[in-house]
Amino acid sequence: MSKAAERLSSKLKKAFSKEIGSPETFRGEVTLPLLDSTRITEICAHAKHELGYDYLVDISSVDHYGEDPRFEVVYELYGYEHLCYLRLATRIAEADAEVPTVTSVWKTADWHEREIYDMMGIRFTGHPDLRRILMWEGYPYYPLRKDFPLAGKATELPEVAFSKEAPLEGGPFVTTPGSGSRQHGEPRSKSVSS
Amino acid sequence: MAEVKDIEIKDTGGSAAQAISAASQSEELSDLQGEKLTLNMGPSHPSTHGVLRIVLELDGEVITKADPDVGYLHRGDEKIAENMTYTQFIPYTDRLDYLAPLANNVAYSLAVEKLMGIDQALPPRCQYIRVICCELARISAHLLGLGAFAMDVGAMTVFLHTFTEREKIYNLIESLTGARFTTTYTRIGGLARDLPPNWVEECERFLEGVLVNFDETERLLTRNKIFVDRTKDVGVLPLEVAIDYGVTGPNLRASGSNHDLRKTHPYLVYDQLEFDVPVGSVGDCYDRYLVRIEEMRQSVKMIRQCFKDLPDGPISIPDGKTVLPPKEKVLTSMEELIHQFILVTQGVDAPKGQIYFGAENPKGELGFFINSKGGGSPHRLKIRAPSFVNLSALPYLLKGSMMSDTVAILGSIDFVMGESDR
Repeated sequence: MSKAAERLSSKLKKAFSKEIGSPETFRGEVTLPLLDSTRITEICAHAKHELGYDYLVDISSVDHYGEDPRFEVVYELYGYEHLCYLRLATRIAEADAEVPTVTSVWKTADWHEREIYDMMGIRFTGHPDLRRILMWEGYPYYPLRKDFPLAGKATELPEVAFSKEAPLEGGPFVTTPGSGSRQHGEPRSKSVSS
Repeated sequence: MAEVKDIEIKDTGGSAAQAISAASQSEELSDLQGEKLTLNMGPSHPSTHGVLRIVLELDGEVITKADPDVGYLHRGDEKIAENMTYTQFIPYTDRLDYLAPLANNVAYSLAVEKLMGIDQALPPRCQYIRVICCELARISAHLLGLGAFAMDVGAMTVFLHTFTEREKIYNLIESLTGARFTTTYTRIGGLARDLPPNWVEECERFLEGVLVNFDETERLLTRNKIFVDRTKDVGVLPLEVAIDYGVTGPNLRASGSNHDLRKTHPYLVYDQLEFDVPVGSVGDCYDRYLVRIEEMRQSVKMIRQCFKDLPDGPISIPDGKTVLPPKEKVLTSMEELIHQFILVTQGVDAPKGQIYFGAENPKGELGFFINSKGGGSPHRLKIRAPSFVNLSALPYLLKGSMMSDTVAILGSIDFVMGESDR
């Protein structure tokens, strides 16, 4: 199975040799890094029509806070004919967090892209209806960014519910992630009153 | 000057008068067609099974546009996951598809195990029990889905019938996991506890009864004229549209695809089990009902095979660095104490990398995308919720159908908002 996936991914790489970096394989899954995010629509259309990736499983986004191209958009493709997965990953800088939409290739991209826009603040150019989907219209922040605190932020909208910070910042039983000292990450190191 | 012209036309007598009245009529008609009614459905409506809101644009009784509004149950599960260890997130997966918490537990644990590269090392007994859990959860979820669907289109009795059986499943789950609803049964690399004594026999008794219940449900619905009239050729989802919208699970198979992750990418011991994948032909609400009924029968078949082949042995990977050691050893020996301490405070040590794992859940493909930077908590955990994606096909399904078919279509899609909104 993974051999067929590698063969297909090398076909895609051959067609777009300039835009696609060297493939990475981890746990039997192939990831193709896209160096030029502006051509994502073209590459996806090629993958769908020429290579049979007719099903877009998911679009995810990752916030590599503190690294230079801050955001990463990850496309998970699948083909019902050849039963192979393929992952396309592209990094984009924070300054112009914009990627062309792939809604013209797969309709299912519509809601996935709206969700990423809602949660991470990455804009999809050419999207027919780029509105917030999980948060309410007019919410000012992007909650899945790493610099958004877990307890939430107070908003300037007094009439909207849940605009105050959560009462227990960080949560009393929540382990703080990161590579810092474990002593400070442990739940017991948190004072509930603060 | 127009008045003069009118007089000239009068020469032709009655036909002109007819023409004028026809013109005014068509004007009236176009007036009526131009006036669309916007109707708000939900977020609190019995057929939305939770908190889905749909803004419908109606032309008379025909829906011309539907705009689903999700997010009323958004709890930020993905954000929460980034802030805790992998094991601590398992209880949150109960609350995704809260009609099949066991299946979510299994899918999430398998995703983390794939990231750690230990998914092939799971002991056989653990794999068999996990399959039993998944299939029990599937029966439970489909029973609810079908019962609620039938009730939406007017058959109240079915709901009571299926709920009686669900109650028995909950009793079984309670004796297995200690909780009826929020099971949290799996652990990274194993299970929380082994099957209780006599559980297999009780479950086999239940399976016998539930097969009778399926027959009764079928007798109530499959040839019921009212049910067939309300579901047949309603909400037709052609296969290519279903694939385009990323629809998965029973909804996709009702449209004619035989894609089932348990067959095409078998995880656990699904490759050793014998079962059929029911496939629909039209992709209407009726097909979606038939597919679910048959899937439950196949689940019963699978559980029985699992009971037959259920091996003895450990239920968790015997590795202190991934799975908590037994409590009595923690209190008596040094190494286990250290393992326990590290696992509880820091969690498992996952490598760097990105993985995606999809499992065939009752609602469709439940996928977890994990971006790990190493350590005990995920850097990013994306949940690919099948209900969320299936709901995105609603604007297509509802457009052009009658207002009263909305509840039938919603019921046949069988979605859960806890999963959709995360």
